[in-house]
Amino acid sequence: MSITVKDVEHVANLARLELSDADKEQFTDQLNAILKYAEKLNELNTDGIEPTSHVLPLANVMREDTVKPSLPIEKVMLNAPEEEDGQFKVPAVLE
Amino acid sequence: MSLFDMRLSDIHNRLNNKELSVTELVDASFARIAATDAKIGAFLNLNEAGARKEAAALDAQLAAGGERGLLFGVPAGIKDNIVTEGLRTTCASRFLENYDPIYDAAVVTKLRAAQSITMGKLNMDEFAMGGSNENSAFHPVHNPWDLDRVPGGSSGGSAAAVASGQVYFTLGSDTGGSIRQPAAYCGVVGLKPTYGLVSRYGLVAFASSLDQIGPITKNVEDSAYVLQAIAGHDERDTTSANVNIPDYVSALTGDVKGLRIGVPKEYLGAGIDPTVKERVLEALKVFESMGAVWEEVSLPHTEYAVATYYLLASSEASSNLARFDGVRYGVRAEDPANLLDLYRKSRSEGFGAEVKRRIMLGTYALSSGYYDAYYKKAQQVRTLIKRDFDQVFEKYDLIIGPTAPTPAFKLGEQVGDPLTMYLNDICTIPVSLAGVPAISIPCGLANGLPVGMQIIGKPFDESTVLRAAHAFEGQTGFHNLRPALS
Repeated sequence: MSITVKDVEHVANLARLELSDADKEQFTDQLNAILKYAEKLNELNTDGIEPTSHVLPLANVMREDTVKPSLPIEKVMLNAPEEEDGQFKVPAVLE
Repeated sequence: MSLFDMRLSDIHNRLNNKELSVTELVDASFARIAATDAKIGAFLNLNEAGARKEAAALDAQLAAGGERGLLFGVPAGIKDNIVTEGLRTTCASRFLENYDPIYDAAVVTKLRAAQSITMGKLNMDEFAMGGSNENSAFHPVHNPWDLDRVPGGSSGGSAAAVASGQVYFTLGSDTGGSIRQPAAYCGVVGLKPTYGLVSRYGLVAFASSLDQIGPITKNVEDSAYVLQAIAGHDERDTTSANVNIPDYVSALTGDVKGLRIGVPKEYLGAGIDPTVKERVLEALKVFESMGAVWEEVSLPHTEYAVATYYLLASSEASSNLARFDGVRYGVRAEDPANLLDLYRKSRSEGFGAEVKRRIMLGTYALSSGYYDAYYKKAQQVRTLIKRDFDQVFEKYDLIIGPTAPTPAFKLGEQVGDPLTMYLNDICTIPVSLAGVPAISIPCGLANGLPVGMQIIGKPFDESTVLRAAHAFEGQTGFHNLRPALS
């Protein structure tokens, strides 16, 4: 399995990244090298092996559904690049 | 005794006996930073005003008398991916260049309660992705033992700050070796606790199933004191383990008689520098002389760990770093055409090459058609790697090997070759995937550079890890070697 510049463009779009042409070339080569190395895993038969998502014997940590204080809005807005009336402002989403 | 050769217990005694004030400690620490950090580059941001104010307040408390903990008044540094309220936290990324957190990480709250003093935030590889600290968006860190060499990474600033005597302890974070490998390169003690022992609340997430915060110190006893202060359940981190926290310091008995040590042949095989191997074999003789027994064991899936790790960690990273979109904090691109353009431009301007590379790799591994082939496959291999450890721990108390295959390499030597760089983590990554605790401690020099030995324990058995490390340290004194940094 080998990836092309076109694949890199597709993945960059999914990841919301804009890459220069030079970046695309470089990432194509580097990702191919890494993925070729990763193909090593195919040497192993993993039929019937449970995947490990994390190592702790924990599942569905629940808490009571109670209201707790949230961060004050002024604080939340402290790092906002642009805000208006206590809300994050972004370019128009709908035309 | 020079101020910087003091252990935490020495500081504690001197403060209690009024031989020293917190202000003197903090002044000396800032003076050392001023004298050395132009060469080292460990700090990204100093907390001068805050630290001095805090010192004055603690001196007033000292004058009033009363009981104080072991970390009281101790100058410390915090890796810059651990959020500190009101103190700039950048993750060494342009994206967060101007980010001032609005809350403290759980570990920071705990250090505040223990009354140590935060001197500033420490340099790292951007978003903790890297093993050389060359991925910092601001400046690299230089190894105090040889300024032409890397300090390791991603907690390079945390290790170099301790090794150059700027502060007495630091916090780092470890996802695939990011505490242990820089500790090894810089000749200091770095502990990665069991996954879940220390709360990740307020640690900027890289790979959530692997990330863990831990201490970097000059000796094992100090490591135990800092771990004591930061360990414990936290309901704000749903992967925080609800286990009893033992008294780690009382575990440091010096006695390792009868301890059973497994030495994986995979950790001393191809790719390991012969001098590193020699130092580790010498260290095993020391354990033998103290009455421990060691035997060769096998962790047969070791050779698959690096590939497994880069697929899993990058996948988790691609998901975690989706939050950096230029809307709520961080970089926002000028004049975007629309919302999508805002996301793309902000992320492309804000992230460095390694971060983009990992986001790309992870996004690819999770994308439609490749999920089973890469992500699920890697999760299954993770199970096999974890079983390797379970099996060895049925018969042995500890696993010992080198922390890194070589001593610190030169700055620039591996840039542009990510795969070679990734292979530096060959001995630390399997441990991270298994989630078990491990410490790196100095075990001598190779051509004048520190060599680290990794002592790996059963889940939540930090006590045995620390006991063995402490006994070795007492027998050998390698932790007292210091770089000739002027």
